[in-house]
Amino acid sequence: MTATLAVDGLTVAIGAANVLRGISLEVQPGEVRGLVGESGAGKSMLGRAVLGLLPANAAVTAGRIAFEGRDLMAMAEAERRSLLGRRIALIPQDPMTSLNPVKRIGAQIGNLLRHHLGLSKRAALVRSLELLTEVAIREPVRVLGLYPHEISGGMRQRVLIAMAFACDPALVIADEPTTALDVTVQRQVLQLVERLRLRHGSAVLFVTHDLGVVAKICRSMTVLHAGRVLEEGETANVLTRPRHAYTRALLAATPRADRPAEALRPVPPALLEQLWSEAYRLDHVAAEAV
Amino acid sequence: MADIALISVAAPPRLRAGLKRGGLRLWIGAALVALLVLSALFAPVLAPHDPLAQDLMSAQLPPAWMTGGDPAYLLGTDSLGRCVLSRLINSARTAVMVALIAATLAAAIGVALGLFAGSFGGWVDQSISRLIDVWMAFPPVLLSIVLAAVIGAGLTSVIAAIVVVDWTRFARVIRAETMVQLTRDYAAAAQVIGLSRARLLRLEILPNLVPLLVTLLAVEMGIAILVEVILSFVGISVAGDTPTWGSMIAEGRQIVYQAPWIMALPIVCIITSVIGLNLFGDGLRLALDPVQRS
Amino acid sequence: MRWGELIKRLVLVPPTLLGVAVIVFVLLRVVPGDPIAMMIPPGASEADIGRLRALYGLDQPILQQFVTWLGQVASGDFGRSISVRQSVLELLLARLPATIELALLATMVAVLLGVLAALVGILLRGRRAEWVVDGGIAMLLAIPDFLWALILLLLFGVLVPLLPISGRIDPQIDLSLRSNFYLIESVLTGRFDIAFALLHHMILPALALALPFAALVARLLKASLAEAEDQDYAQIARARGYSRPNILLHEVFPNALIPTVSLGGVQVTLLLGGTVLVERIFSYEGIGNMAIDAVINRDFPLIQGLVLTFAVLFIVLNLVVDAVVTMLDPRLRHG
Repeated sequence: MTATLAVDGLTVAIGAANVLRGISLEVQPGEVRGLVGESGAGKSMLGRAVLGLLPANAAVTAGRIAFEGRDLMAMAEAERRSLLGRRIALIPQDPMTSLNPVKRIGAQIGNLLRHHLGLSKRAALVRSLELLTEVAIREPVRVLGLYPHEISGGMRQRVLIAMAFACDPALVIADEPTTALDVTVQRQVLQLVERLRLRHGSAVLFVTHDLGVVAKICRSMTVLHAGRVLEEGETANVLTRPRHAYTRALLAATPRADRPAEALRPVPPALLEQLWSEAYRLDHVAAEAV
Repeated sequence: MADIALISVAAPPRLRAGLKRGGLRLWIGAALVALLVLSALFAPVLAPHDPLAQDLMSAQLPPAWMTGGDPAYLLGTDSLGRCVLSRLINSARTAVMVALIAATLAAAIGVALGLFAGSFGGWVDQSISRLIDVWMAFPPVLLSIVLAAVIGAGLTSVIAAIVVVDWTRFARVIRAETMVQLTRDYAAAAQVIGLSRARLLRLEILPNLVPLLVTLLAVEMGIAILVEVILSFVGISVAGDTPTWGSMIAEGRQIVYQAPWIMALPIVCIITSVIGLNLFGDGLRLALDPVQRS
Repeated sequence: MRWGELIKRLVLVPPTLLGVAVIVFVLLRVVPGDPIAMMIPPGASEADIGRLRALYGLDQPILQQFVTWLGQVASGDFGRSISVRQSVLELLLARLPATIELALLATMVAVLLGVLAALVGILLRGRRAEWVVDGGIAMLLAIPDFLWALILLLLFGVLVPLLPISGRIDPQIDLSLRSNFYLIESVLTGRFDIAFALLHHMILPALALALPFAALVARLLKASLAEAEDQDYAQIARARGYSRPNILLHEVFPNALIPTVSLGGVQVTLLLGGTVLVERIFSYEGIGNMAIDAVINRDFPLIQGLVLTFAVLFIVLNLVVDAVVTMLDPRLRHG
């Protein structure tokens, strides 16, 4: 069975510094894989690389990204654009700034549907209503006529989720979709993502720094640090029997409700230093090999 | 991925580095401004004829390189037989004089008010800002024409018109910049060591405003030249026969089909001067300012 | 729309106009320069001068003159022009349409050119050719409208005599139009031959007025487009597979318009102010041209009428710009 997403030895550099170092991971059809790491580990950068939206000063120096067996980077621009938003979708991080402030919700969803699925205005309207209902928005007709600033942050995130799943994508990249929300809303969002991905049969790459979220929704997970994959496997296994020291440190650092009096235990600086020097050594080796 | 913040140190710029920063703009601007200033300074020497001397026998001669031209009158003559080149050069003299005086005065008033508004804040700032807003609501062209018409023709009224119309340009920018400078560390440090407000302004802040001031002065001179052209075009500038680019344009407009060069040549001079001043001011700002602000 | 806001602004208009009127009235009479002296032939007797002064009410105290004038204005009488010997109101009504048409044409041309330049500039963003666009815009901005008028006159009126350089229309053409809005009326009534002839005369002055404003619009819009393009929603639009031109036109442009109209709309009043010189240069029969002579001749009634007219135009323009900004930005609409 061809993997929905197959990243192989991907190295991305910004100027002289590597931000992704030979990353390999796979997402199978229908799989929900968590991508964990602290800020700056390269999680978002990987998502952007898959979407082909790296910043202007970043460059892919090695590796390949395959979507359903097709090489994304070797593809023609127009072909890749036909995949984005339709077969590969993004749930962005910040609901406050991710919607166009001067267009109504209905127009934004409708444009997407008409652009990728070629629906008529009427058909797009019907489908938009269906989508909004799917993400548990009450009064979908009213919401379609509203502007983003007229609905709450939680509702905006639901609209973004609806737009991600609108064209039945094979892969959804969720870029820390719960980070900007408060805890009660987080739970609802996670439930929504789970429900929709089941309904639309999508695989999900769930980017987050929150191990709790991973535990709840991701069947498998990959741990990233300094642009490298340190550990990966089934979530249950990784969380109960972590193999890498870093993973163990991450788990130990997570505050626990049943041991509130315990002091927080950050990841030991010595370990971090060791990991970083390993990363730089790898850079040198790779550079020399060239 | 850790970001390494780059701390820029405001060291005194070295001459060569400064000139390089100024770039092409500085050189071209300086050349044009030099051309203007030198023409103005050495007008009596450079002009081949007396700008006021009329020779009706040689009226409306085209420039020397066109058919019918006379090599004695390189750029031709106007309806009264006066040498166009000589008049152009002498007009440069008027233009530069007016521009220098008017720009300096506008700067003096604008900078003073801007400094006060920016550093004192409170009701001083409020009232000065209100004043600027209301002042800027008047259309500048009409205002300067009204002023000059009201005060009567002459050098004073032209300068007064320019100053009155455009001092706000300095005031606004200096005010904003003063407020920014006051938030900088060196200002706080100076106040800690007990510098009075006036000395703070004079010794610490003003020097930091110099690059900005220089650009503004250059731009203001360009504007002064333009206002003078407008006023002399309309007929209410320096009195009498004193040649000005604006009056040459006004005369030339009447006979533009018969002798287009009389209108065209002053325009070339004006555009060259204004663009030269703008480029020079821009280049100087880039050269003097060690921390480049876009 | 924000009706309350609109009503508040409208209510402020009469006192503003009154304030303007007072300032102009007083200034004119306080500073040196006697309109009567300017228009009498040499050798006129003292008695004649005295009679003329009385005719124009200039022998009375200033306050009295102001009250009289206010009363007359309230009943639609703006007095008689001292230099032209006609009713000020007639003069204004005769020439105002010409200036309005010119200003409208210039604004349309400016917006068209400015938007095109900004779009070209933003499409070239980051590439070397962008510098050409930026430089071109800077050059256009450095040269004021009246200089453009002179340049265009020379280039297209004299050197390559394509277009006429004076007047509103060829005096030999039989107009038989009802209003003084020659262009608008001729277009609306299908008299395209007249409209064409009018445009021949208007295009150069309109272009002169338009070029600096177009450069301003281009610079503002290009900067706004660049800023908007860097916003999250525009980046995410790329993740949805839209092409860059598509995103620029449909997602980014409506957002970029808002700061552009806000900041640039105010400058349309500058365009109106520019008509003073440009009309003069092209001998175009509008109120700008008339204003210069009025000022030089110290024609008090005419100056007062003109200043009030300009003030009303400026106020209306500002209101229109604000209304447009409110229309463009849904976030402003609900208070």
